[in-house]
Amino acid sequence: MAARRRDPARGAVLQVLAGGLVFVLGWGAMVAEARDTLVVAAFPAVDAIVQEALPAWHARHPDVDIKVVSRQFADHHTAMTTALSTASYLPDLMALEVGYVGRFARGHGLENLAAPPYAAMALADRFVPYAFHQGMGPEGNLAALPSDIGPGTLLYRNDLLSKAGVAPAELTRSWESYIAAGTRIKARTGSYLMANARDIKDILIRTDLAAGEGLYFDRDSRVLVQSPRFERAFELARQVRSGKLDARVSSWSNDWSEGFRRGTIATQMSGAWLAGHLANWLAPETRGLWRAAPLPGGAAVAFGGTFFAIPRGISASHKVLAWELVQMLTLDRDLQLQAFRMHDAFPALLAAQQDPFFDAPLPFLGGQPARQLWRQLALRVSAVEVHKQDAFAEEVINTELDKVLDQGKDIRVALADAATLLQGRARR
Amino acid sequence: MRGLRLSPGMAPYVLLSPFLLLFAVFGLFPLLFSLYLAFQVWEPTDGLAAMHFVGLDNFRFALGDAWFWKSLRNTVWMALASGIPQHAVAIPLACFLQAAFRQRWRDLMIGAFFLPYITSTVAIAIMFSSLFSTDFGLVNLGLATLHGLPGLSWLTPDHPIDWLGRPENIKPAISLIVFWRYVGFNMVLYLAALQTIPADLYEAAAMDGASHLQQFRHITLPSLRPMIYFAVTLSVIGGLQLFEEPFILTGGRGGSDQAGMSTAIYLYRMAFDFNDFGAASAMSWLLFFMVAGLTWLTNRALRPQGPAQ
Repeated sequence: MAARRRDPARGAVLQVLAGGLVFVLGWGAMVAEARDTLVVAAFPAVDAIVQEALPAWHARHPDVDIKVVSRQFADHHTAMTTALSTASYLPDLMALEVGYVGRFARGHGLENLAAPPYAAMALADRFVPYAFHQGMGPEGNLAALPSDIGPGTLLYRNDLLSKAGVAPAELTRSWESYIAAGTRIKARTGSYLMANARDIKDILIRTDLAAGEGLYFDRDSRVLVQSPRFERAFELARQVRSGKLDARVSSWSNDWSEGFRRGTIATQMSGAWLAGHLANWLAPETRGLWRAAPLPGGAAVAFGGTFFAIPRGISASHKVLAWELVQMLTLDRDLQLQAFRMHDAFPALLAAQQDPFFDAPLPFLGGQPARQLWRQLALRVSAVEVHKQDAFAEEVINTELDKVLDQGKDIRVALADAATLLQGRARR
Repeated sequence: MRGLRLSPGMAPYVLLSPFLLLFAVFGLFPLLFSLYLAFQVWEPTDGLAAMHFVGLDNFRFALGDAWFWKSLRNTVWMALASGIPQHAVAIPLACFLQAAFRQRWRDLMIGAFFLPYITSTVAIAIMFSSLFSTDFGLVNLGLATLHGLPGLSWLTPDHPIDWLGRPENIKPAISLIVFWRYVGFNMVLYLAALQTIPADLYEAAAMDGASHLQQFRHITLPSLRPMIYFAVTLSVIGGLQLFEEPFILTGGRGGSDQAGMSTAIYLYRMAFDFNDFGAASAMSWLLFFMVAGLTWLTNRALRPQGPAQ
């Protein structure tokens, strides 16, 4: 019987503990029921940018968690294509690179942000103009809002220029003077003017586009490659190659980064973000030797850029939350600046570009306040019409350019061959 | 408890069911879905409902597509250039190892030759892309060193070769890697076959005064025939489906002038880079018919003959 006798004090403690446990469990269950999770699909470094925005998000929505699903760049876009095509495992919000936005905007898998309740056309003047328009589809729909952009710039090795006795203005005055300067740089320092002659073509086919023209096709899927725009691009690329002014390496290859480290490549045309990559991992030891300038001949093109889009197939309540998150990521000046500081994600938001951070000198560029320059350059870029077959067309044009550069194929013949191939696909 | 016991008739199916289930989900379904897709045109980002039946349009497009034929020519080129040397080297190599080494050393050699086969393709491709680097790669460094030696300068190039950038070099470079990777695997197959040939056949031949070459020609090769049939069939199928090595070495694009773009890469790109799943599916079925046809031809040419009448 002694075993059945209880110590009253201990019993009371147990009761309190048990009661507390029930309360905690019940409360936890209630919270778990109320807690909602928003899934964001992204690729590096956008995944980190979203993660860093979470404190701000939780301040507003303590009851909504955000799960960031990160994949490598190509895998991410393949996964998004698959998710949209089957409408299963859709994220509530997806990051998209500029090359995919136009493609996805042609389908109907993404919410039209121009329509109510979003009515995002009213936000147009808060962004860099070209970036906003690049998110639009052919039917006037707005598929995505821009987060970061890549204003095109010419990065050059100041030390090599001085050694060769070339003034920076000679690089930018015109394409002809850029190539002439390259000849002198090669003769006096042995360094190549650029990594690959293809870079020149890539910029020139993107400049001087008439209204309604895409890169390779116009609005009615007519092929545009047999035009002065392409002939000049091919012609200048051929001059670079025949003058042995390019290192003939492709971007992101080992030889490319090695060329930067060893100073065998004197200039590189790219998005402003490349300065950050050079400083952080491509060639940190060349700190202070580089400078930034506008692209030669006043060309204004963009390299890359990130957008956020909401899939059509998610629940209405998540659409509301996702839209709030999109606005935070694209319209919050502080978050945009934070992403720029930490990941070189150049803000698409004009308000963020007015921060004193833009006037700061960049040690990697020898103290040049280059962000001011990039801010101006971004305003001059114009949006380009996207065609369904752009990815294929780019491949065909690159192939024909290789034949011109390496096998001496006639430029007009090469462009005619490209046109034949593209006509076969234009309306597929 | 009796109700839970498997009847002997059901047991095999129940035990097989994990495989059958996985095969149905990851094997059979994609197969049938791609057959269905081959007759549709589809904007994938519009969702599954956006498919339209177009009959044989995708097949017509594929057969008229210059790049499809180009990719087939690339595939056949690389399959032959990597496949024939695989067997031409593996057979003598197996004979040599069989004759020249005792068991323990032979096993060590087999392990060394077999290693590339079990190494991850990605690791291999990354290693070779740095070996083949134009300005900083070991291959060109070796060639440059050879060029400096007296008597060898006429044989070796006087400038670094752009292995993976020039269209004329991509296919040989890829074929070399595929050859290097699979020669050990084939050698193991042939070595296994060699060990089943009775030694007294060779003894009898030697008694009759047959030379080593005659023994190889009249005993070894005929006895290896079933294994040659098996190994060549594997090479034909593997060679025509070549994907990983060129995909990684050319950055997933097929290289300059698409010189390294095999048919498998092209149809992958058709779907995921060029957004044309219908045509990609049609091409994959055309490729399948070609693999089936060539396998049948291999069968006709190399199948072990029935007992002589």
